[in-house]
Amino acid sequence: MLWEVDIFAAPGLPDIIGSEAAADAADLGFSSSLTLGAAHGYLIQGDLTREQIDLLVSKLLADSVVERATIGKVGDASLDVSLTGAKGRIVYVLPKPGVTDTVADAAREAASEYQVVPEAVRTFKKYWIDGVDDEELDRLARKLLSNDAIEQVAYDKLGFDSLQVGSQYKFELVTVPIRAMSDDDLMTLSREGQLYLSLVEMQTIKEHFVKLDRDPTDVELETVAQTWSEHCSHKTLAGIIEYDDGTGQKRRFNNMLKETIFDSTVKIRENLGDDDFCVSVFVDNAGVVKFDDEYNVCFKAETHNHPSALEPYGGANTGVGGVIRDSMGTGLGAKPICNTDVFCFAPPHLDPSELPDGVLHPRLVVKGVVAGVRDYGNRMGVPTVNGAVYFDKRYLGNPLVYCGNVGLIPVDKSFKEPKANDLVVVMGGRTGRDGIHGATFSSAELTSESETLSGGAVQIGDAIVEKMVLDVMLQARDRGLYNAVTDCGAGGFSSAVGEMGEDIGVEVDLNAALLKYEGLTYDEIWISEAQERMVFAVPKDKWAELKALCDSEDVEAFVLGEFKPTGRLVLKYDGQTVADLEMKFIHKGRPRVVRQAIYEPMKASPITEATEELPAQTVVSKSVWACCNAGKTDAELDLEAILSCLNVASKHWMIRQYDHEVQGGSVLKPLVGVADDGPGDAAVLRPRTCSRRGLVISNGMNPNYGDYDTYHMAASAIDEAIRNAVAVGANPNTISILDNFCWGNTDRPEVLGSLVRAALACHDVSLAYGTPFISGKDSLNNEFRPEGEEPIAIPPSLLISAMGQVDDVAACVSMDLKEAGNALYLVGETKNELGGSHLSLVRNWVGGQVPTVDVEQAKRTYNAMYQATQSGFIRSAHDLSEGGLAVAAAESAFAGGLGAEISLAAIPCAKSDDEALNALPGVDDVGSYVKLFSESNSRFLVEVPVEKSGGFEGLLANANVPFAPIGKVVETPRLKIVAADGTAMIDADLEDLKRRWQKPLDLGDEYAD
Amino acid sequence: MKPNVLILRAPGTNCDLETAYAFEQAGATTERIHVNRILENTSILDDFQIMCFPGGFSFGDNIAAGRVMATKIRVNLFDTIQNFREAGKLILGICNGFQILIKSGILIPDDEQGARVTLTRNKSGVFTDRWTHLEVKSDKCVFLKDLDKIYLPIAHAEGRFIARNEAVLDELEAKGCLALRYLSEDNANGAMRNVAGACDETGRVFGLMPHPERHIDKTHHPHWTRYQNDPDFATKVGDGLQIFKNAVEYFA
Repeated sequence: MLWEVDIFAAPGLPDIIGSEAAADAADLGFSSSLTLGAAHGYLIQGDLTREQIDLLVSKLLADSVVERATIGKVGDASLDVSLTGAKGRIVYVLPKPGVTDTVADAAREAASEYQVVPEAVRTFKKYWIDGVDDEELDRLARKLLSNDAIEQVAYDKLGFDSLQVGSQYKFELVTVPIRAMSDDDLMTLSREGQLYLSLVEMQTIKEHFVKLDRDPTDVELETVAQTWSEHCSHKTLAGIIEYDDGTGQKRRFNNMLKETIFDSTVKIRENLGDDDFCVSVFVDNAGVVKFDDEYNVCFKAETHNHPSALEPYGGANTGVGGVIRDSMGTGLGAKPICNTDVFCFAPPHLDPSELPDGVLHPRLVVKGVVAGVRDYGNRMGVPTVNGAVYFDKRYLGNPLVYCGNVGLIPVDKSFKEPKANDLVVVMGGRTGRDGIHGATFSSAELTSESETLSGGAVQIGDAIVEKMVLDVMLQARDRGLYNAVTDCGAGGFSSAVGEMGEDIGVEVDLNAALLKYEGLTYDEIWISEAQERMVFAVPKDKWAELKALCDSEDVEAFVLGEFKPTGRLVLKYDGQTVADLEMKFIHKGRPRVVRQAIYEPMKASPITEATEELPAQTVVSKSVWACCNAGKTDAELDLEAILSCLNVASKHWMIRQYDHEVQGGSVLKPLVGVADDGPGDAAVLRPRTCSRRGLVISNGMNPNYGDYDTYHMAASAIDEAIRNAVAVGANPNTISILDNFCWGNTDRPEVLGSLVRAALACHDVSLAYGTPFISGKDSLNNEFRPEGEEPIAIPPSLLISAMGQVDDVAACVSMDLKEAGNALYLVGETKNELGGSHLSLVRNWVGGQVPTVDVEQAKRTYNAMYQATQSGFIRSAHDLSEGGLAVAAAESAFAGGLGAEISLAAIPCAKSDDEALNALPGVDDVGSYVKLFSESNSRFLVEVPVEKSGGFEGLLANANVPFAPIGKVVETPRLKIVAADGTAMIDADLEDLKRRWQKPLDLGDEYAD
Repeated sequence: MKPNVLILRAPGTNCDLETAYAFEQAGATTERIHVNRILENTSILDDFQIMCFPGGFSFGDNIAAGRVMATKIRVNLFDTIQNFREAGKLILGICNGFQILIKSGILIPDDEQGARVTLTRNKSGVFTDRWTHLEVKSDKCVFLKDLDKIYLPIAHAEGRFIARNEAVLDELEAKGCLALRYLSEDNANGAMRNVAGACDETGRVFGLMPHPERHIDKTHHPHWTRYQNDPDFATKVGDGLQIFKNAVEYFA
């Protein structure tokens, strides 16, 4: 029997599900006559009486103070009525069978407390929709209310009366006759078997089995394909690349990453000698550096782009879960202590009629990604402390979701080594079809539902399972119950077990795996990417204690196999060997990839007006504010436009949804200042509540510069990440950084060339700064092809994440102005570098010089800033980035609730040697414009008490750092900036500027257009 | 006597370490214990004078915040915890702990119609992390002794205090149970009568949505960099610490 429970808001309380959906529908251009009301509910299957269901509803499922419920058997007419009075056609949205449904699982388990034992439970949302025709109703259901990747829709009635999932699996060993295949056959197999290997790779596999005189099984092929995948082996960037830099210089890399980014780290460590603070770099799941005498810290950032494009909530959710597991799987297991998340989206205000088929509206992508990050991080109890968001139309079909995590790990637990004869133990979530590429449930496998079911393609996380594993793992680690741990990520057991056993050998019994439901084949068990699983190497004499520990906290764990010293990977199922491969072939047998790369340098050209709208243009600013622009100077209008352009606009709507204080170590929060709303440059936290020592987390990125020169883009990103950290007080000599390359299709030589050029900058700048890369990741092939059109590649998108340290957090400074009367300084050199700037963006200009980095001067600047902070000279410091001095001054002022009076006279500013490059369309006073809006790197706006000015100036002068006194902090809440000749450039009310900055991305508070 | 604090862990609890640290800073000893241990052997509670339900997402807050944990308590531990209270001991619930104390009926008992109050989804519909100014509106609560105005952060999605009707609110207010209130401009979740925290009729059981353990240190305050040059900065502590100290001093 299948019962349905519909739960509604009680009279007088808001229908939150319904009103959110209605607001989104209005934004996405649905009919204004639409009315919508909602309920959430449960389908409960089992031999249960009405009294039992009543009991569950009153005690467990509904809150009698704020909710009302209707109960009936599926199909009962009483269920057609909305208790909130909503009318219209009914639409049910529910997760497809096999899709993780944590609320349903919890309901089923908790029901047993009342001696009620349902066979199965599933949740749903139910809408009553009126005022639209059937066609629009269908569009609303499919585009807004549901996501076909994970959910099914039913109109009027549910149309089924049973919830069973899965069916018996009858074992049958599958072999693939690869030895007899032609090249064409091999490529067909590669494609249709979703191995995605090249012909040379397929030929290598074929030859291997010809030598063995047998054909491979399907799971052997899958294992090789997983290990040889781009995701697991970084074969392009670690491959052979023949690079032509466009000036006639050619360079052949035998391993591009090793010869650029790793190479810099190796040299830095040599240079540091005894002061080397790296512990373990580019070898473990995260890079590890020293923190204090007892603890090290690890840092890793991952991307989860393609899953997030398909299903933003689940993709981002499992992106966070995955990178947290990277920390958990580093050394013998780190405790995750903070998250940092950076996103790239298409503008959320896109006209829905411009949306290509098969693409989710960016507004839904933004909301889904933010909710996914929020729900995993918050539930894990890991504070999300830092992030950034960039907008560009080229991210429309291909949003980027970068998830980073920092972990804390005892010094003596920072390395792992699985031992021969250790058991392979799996802990955590059960294995299902989650994330198996293209795996779909066939309708024949289900009892009565005829939907095509794709529970596999998308993964949904369950953060609490991961938290339970973490709780147990840290106890087991400290009791010494295992020799190694790693996480199950891409490739599932195949990658995790295969990598851990690489140097030993392993034998696995696939029957031992605990499954979510019946019916998985041995192959699916091996490659499933089900979430929340960790793999351990456990000495046999420790297993009983580990198992008892797991049982004591209801964490599932089982022995999957044993690390047998055979040098072979052996998989068994039903007593038969289904795979038997040499580890050496799996891990060392892949033929090297050879790629061509060409960089075509762009000649510096004068800034001109673009003929088309720039892809990063977020025109929202113009339409929203056009009403009240009379009497303003051009510079004021430009400042307002930059403040309200989406890259710069306040991200408080996202930030406030993240718990950024859990774990009790928050020092500098993401939003700072007198009203907690200024944009902090970097987060600071104390990972150990008993210690004053702090970690500083920041990032740098600017896809706009990549359209001009990826070398300068990468250099600027590194500089931005470091200057953000230095701005709050990090010691520039103990910062470590991560690279995350998201690029287009690197099969195209010019795309790969732009990436190689960025990697060369990473080498040069990190080496010059003495700032080592400790880990990295790449995501290639980020392109989206609208039907019948050319593919749209994302702009080159390099995220640099930085982790700095401070001895005592009490010395840190924030960016908000502190006190009237204090002096303001501009530290660093301003150059005419408006190419790719946000001034160019809001003016729709192209051309010009992108910001460059003078590494020697920058290094001097950062060390001097650190000394000045440590000496207590600095009351506030804000890095200059998007929008230059004008934006930094506005932000610092409104964050501090104080005004600023600034003169541009004393600012040293180098003109370009090429006179043509010194002109700006429609701008008379180019010099002042450059000083206001140039995005030259390595600069800060610094507030210094007058009595400390002498010390501050002396320190900078001695260090040979360029600086200029530019004005003072005042009580009057206005930003006043005058040109060298005294002409007023900007005289703006700070409340007004703040409002323009806060409004555009406040997706919870709709602004009037 | 130095009280011993039981910090109750469950799957998804995530503020247990810093809450234990806060109690230790206040002079208590603490032990973090998984709820399964109590379910196996309720006499564990005999070793403790204070029981604390810390923040987090117990059992994922699936169905509703704190609901599954509250159900386990209602069914299995209700009498045990009543006995703990009646022995003159203290019970504190923070955030998810408050949700559990409310939904289990421990803090404000049900009447014949069922629950009289609840904590439900914020008016905004979403999780919110922000700092709030709070006022103590009752002298009944042991944990709030001698406190008047305090500043603490909230971080929750379901913290909106709602009573079945005004009569329930009037009664609770008259009894001094609605002990901690947001200043109305800081009532971010839409709670009735700005309720941020409530105590039972003994004043020994207290739950609150804001996180006192997140404001015990001088660098927890969101504006500490504005005061870092003040002469007394070095010795400053956060407003939340006194809540833990009051609990400890109750046993002095």
